[in-house]
Amino acid sequence: MPMPASEIEALIKAAIPGAEVTIRDLAGDGDHYAARVVSGSFAGLSRVRQHQAVYSALGGRMGGELHALQLETAVPSQLESEQ
Amino acid sequence: MTDPANRIADIVKSNDIVLFMKGTALFPQCGFSGRAIAILDRLGAKYETIDVLQDPDIRQGIKSYSDWPTIPQLYVRGEFVGGSDIMMEMYENGELQQLVGAEA
Repeated sequence: MPMPASEIEALIKAAIPGAEVTIRDLAGDGDHYAARVVSGSFAGLSRVRQHQAVYSALGGRMGGELHALQLETAVPSQLESEQ
Repeated sequence: MTDPANRIADIVKSNDIVLFMKGTALFPQCGFSGRAIAILDRLGAKYETIDVLQDPDIRQGIKSYSDWPTIPQLYVRGEFVGGSDIMMEMYENGELQQLVGAEA
């Protein structure tokens, strides 16, 4: 079931204010995406917790409506170097 | 039938490295599960797999157990490590090899 990239981006940005979100449509079918989410709010969180924050932003669509979303999360580099 | 959460707890405690996946190591039924198997094989890790397609209770149960919406899911020594994206990232930076204690 296709879901537009703009909707994914909007959901993530609404839940994680200030997040930098990059989405690629991997297969051009509106169903296989890769997302990179960079946010200062991830600082100090494990990768699992960072991904959980994004999944929670998608409000249950992940694994259902949205089958394939490769996810990469990161902390902005200037924050990372302060840790 | 015991509670799925108890069954999952038993599985992750009694296996050092266990992958909850769709299909089997030989015949993964989803690209993400296939990728997870490829990573573990590349590391030469000894692992168990649980085919969630054979067990609807585990398939649903593991999602709430880990608070993680997708399959595959990797557990090492009772700890949830992540899905295939995290596995790939940890494989690429060498963390996963360290975690599973395998020699490349």
